[in-house]
Amino acid sequence: MHTHFEAAGVALPYSHENNTILIRSLQNLLPKESVLTDAEDLHPFECDGLSVYRQLPLVVVLPETMEQVQSIMRLCHAQRIPVVARGAGTGLSGGALPLADGVLLSLAKFKRILNIDPRNAMATVQPGVRNLAISEAAAIYGLYYAPDPSSQIACTIGGNVAENSGGVHCLKYGLTVHNILMLKVVTMEGELLTIGAETLDSAGYDLLALMTGSEGLLGIIVEVTVKLLAKPERAQVVLAAFDDVMKAGEAVGAIISAGIIPAGLEMMDKLAIQAAEDFVHAGYPRDAEAILLCELDGTNAEVSEHIMTIRKILTGSGATEVRTAADEAERQLFWKGRKSAFPAVGRISPDYYCIDGTIPRHQLPHVLRRIGEMSAEYGLPVANVFHAGDGNLHPLILFDANKPGELARTEEFSRRILQLCVEVGGTITGEHGVGIEKIDSMCFQFQSAELSQFHSVKAAFDPHGLLNPGKAVPTLHRCAEFGAMHVHHGQLCHPELERF
Amino acid sequence: MDEHDLGKALQQQVLDAFEKENPLNITGSGSKSFLGHVPHGQTIDVFKHRGIVNYDPRELVLTARSGTPLSKIEATLADAGQILAFEPPHFGNQATLGGTIACALSGPRRPYSGSARDFVLGCQILNGRGEILRFGGQVMKNVAGYDVSRLMAGAYGTLGILLEISLKVLPRPAASITVTHECSAAEAIESMSALLGKPYPVDAACHDGDHCHVRISGSAQAVSEARTKIPGETMPDAETFWAALREHEHPFFDHRNTLYRIMVKPATPPLPIEGSWLLDWGGAQRWLFSRKDFSTIRHCVEQAGGHVSVFRSDDRAVELFQPLPAPLLALHQRIKSGFDPKSIFNRGRLYGNL
Ligand SMILES: Cc1cc2nc3c(=O)[nH]c(=O)nc-3n(C[C@H](O)[C@H](O)[C@H](O)COP(=O)(O)OP(=O)(O)OC[C@H]3O[C@@H](n4cnc5c(N)ncnc54)[C@H](O)[C@@H]3O)c2cc1C
Repeated sequence: MHTHFEAAGVALPYSHENNTILIRSLQNLLPKESVLTDAEDLHPFECDGLSVYRQLPLVVVLPETMEQVQSIMRLCHAQRIPVVARGAGTGLSGGALPLADGVLLSLAKFKRILNIDPRNAMATVQPGVRNLAISEAAAIYGLYYAPDPSSQIACTIGGNVAENSGGVHCLKYGLTVHNILMLKVVTMEGELLTIGAETLDSAGYDLLALMTGSEGLLGIIVEVTVKLLAKPERAQVVLAAFDDVMKAGEAVGAIISAGIIPAGLEMMDKLAIQAAEDFVHAGYPRDAEAILLCELDGTNAEVSEHIMTIRKILTGSGATEVRTAADEAERQLFWKGRKSAFPAVGRISPDYYCIDGTIPRHQLPHVLRRIGEMSAEYGLPVANVFHAGDGNLHPLILFDANKPGELARTEEFSRRILQLCVEVGGTITGEHGVGIEKIDSMCFQFQSAELSQFHSVKAAFDPHGLLNPGKAVPTLHRCAEFGAMHVHHGQLCHPELERF
Repeated sequence: MDEHDLGKALQQQVLDAFEKENPLNITGSGSKSFLGHVPHGQTIDVFKHRGIVNYDPRELVLTARSGTPLSKIEATLADAGQILAFEPPHFGNQATLGGTIACALSGPRRPYSGSARDFVLGCQILNGRGEILRFGGQVMKNVAGYDVSRLMAGAYGTLGILLEISLKVLPRPAASITVTHECSAAEAIESMSALLGKPYPVDAACHDGDHCHVRISGSAQAVSEARTKIPGETMPDAETFWAALREHEHPFFDHRNTLYRIMVKPATPPLPIEGSWLLDWGGAQRWLFSRKDFSTIRHCVEQAGGHVSVFRSDDRAVELFQPLPAPLLALHQRIKSGFDPKSIFNRGRLYGNL
């Protein structure tokens, strides 16, 4: 569908004969059923959660041991074949989008939980283990793995590390980078490295931080050691309704100012509330302009104390209704509405496009107003879902890909939202990653010298640029072209628009 | 406090050093100069590059120039009821933010609320080519580009000069209490590790040779509730105790031998190395004064799956940090040369060949 995908910057021996040789070599390394080449077998791998980008890979490999991963990498390195890693394919930025002339390396068979160590509150798992499976396995010890992306029933821990994923609880418990201890990584050359340690820090540079969020560009993660936390004694959620989105935004600041860090603090606007309500009947007030979900956890008495304070703050901020979940079932239901907001919006529109900018929280009123104005200008409705506590916005643009030009308009709208996020001091991606989707928007956020520094980091790990090429960090050339095109395009189409 | 932006002047010094391939020794107040190998090269002084650039308590973010004294930052935060949750040691009255982050130093709260690097959100650096670059940002969540800002934490200045740092800050817990009981190191390790599985608001735990001390902090309710579940006496003047431990001013640290910092999994039983021990971080960070040589200690620590560094010693010409496996060291060197191609920054401070 999309043609502006940049090919690997390496000379590829790309020919039918060479492909046959490559596939045969891979078949020598792996059992027959672990090398997929038929188009019908390749189809499930053609896209990730951002399905507007699709591409069949040359071949899919499904190794199940570290040694197999090492030999695949050695082979691809020797033949200069690009490799794209894939976990569950729930990514929302096209990070796992295959290359026509590359190997797609799926970690789907790495799904064993290797060790749970309750005395040290840690677990070692293979990268294909699902996020939620870790908490499920740790539950008998009263422990859990804190980061909880909404996709947690499906997404893998390897993908979480590659994206530095967050969740509704990351305001209090941090992102993936704060909750992992050690990785085993296979480099493009096939070397197995241990990064980080089972201890709280390790000798040398903090490569654990560097690997986290590196979107499969620095190495293949083949083992992950995570920290586990004690399950809070009690968790409770308060739902507040507002007749004005701005008031809800101010309530968020008031809660933080009161010295309380809620376990989760989420906001939804009217369109998102109604979509979620129609979908899962969470009991949300359909006529509210915005709702806040504020989760408090800790010891029993602490939660009671905080609920009192929070209720007062919410009422003081002009909430039209403040409800505490009556029981655990209602608490789960309140969250279900929020966690299924994306699919809920998917039901009311043929397609939706999820944006992932982060802004300093005090900019929320301004940014919401601008998004509203642009929505009117493009004629595309927007449902807003936020991780309000940490300023991470997920505006969902509703569109119809079958209408000519609508996807292109949506993409332009989305880039302008991201540009706005950068202008107010934020970032183009809070948790979904750059992937292929936001590669051009990286040019807003970083100067050439900074991009060059990223390239030097990449070269230290993968000098030939064979790991997930064309994603995450744009070439300087690409930014130069994009800059030219962008100005040109802007002048042609919307000379009336304010640009700042 | 007088505020100065010396970014441009520092940039000029780096450009000159780059030109002449002159090594530079990055210095704040010098409070951490005892750490790592003896710095050599011409001093480049970031001490006066100071000032809090941005701080809005509602955003939970503070941005300051690297020469800003930690004490100034902590006082500013205290006025708004907030703290640096990694409880950094100062090791000197004039300690700066830059040195703290470059050495990635965290205090007793570290295992429970996170390390210095965990709270880094973004930074502005001068690389070895004299370029001023920004990474990360002033927001809580940001995954655009590689996480270079956290890479700077603990790099001991070998990758660049930190000019400005943005940190996540947190509210000060409303209440705090420390509970003490007498026990052996082995017993303390058992009870501290058992606490990891309990939902109590513990935010520090140590064993100082004959007592186990556990600090509980949070809302008033949470603290009084947890107090009934953790055995021991209430420690008077606990704040002084934890500050002394953090600053290595506790009597345990009045010692002339070499001080080793040993990192193990918290539940690791006491290690059979002669010397005097203090266990902090719930058993995960252990301080050892010993006459044994580095390689003997290293061998024993490695057997237990940990790593060790020499923290304070008169002899700093020897190996001080856990050696890296060859492929990892080579990777470090490639990363270093990407940031500092002529190796002008803090040459050899961390490893001889970095
Ligand atoms: C409905 C829905 C809700 C979501 N909610 C959230 C949310 O709340 N928070 C959030 O942060 N994200 C969310 N996401 C995005 C997505 O789930 C996360 O980015 C997740 O971490 C991706 O994991 P995955 O296993 O599906 O990875 P994939 O999509 O398969 O891959 C993602 C990236 O990681 C790389 N990769 C995968 N595995 C490895 C490995 N082993 N080694 C090296 N690189 C690897 C890939 O190359 C790719 O670049 C959501 C997605 C959906 C569809």
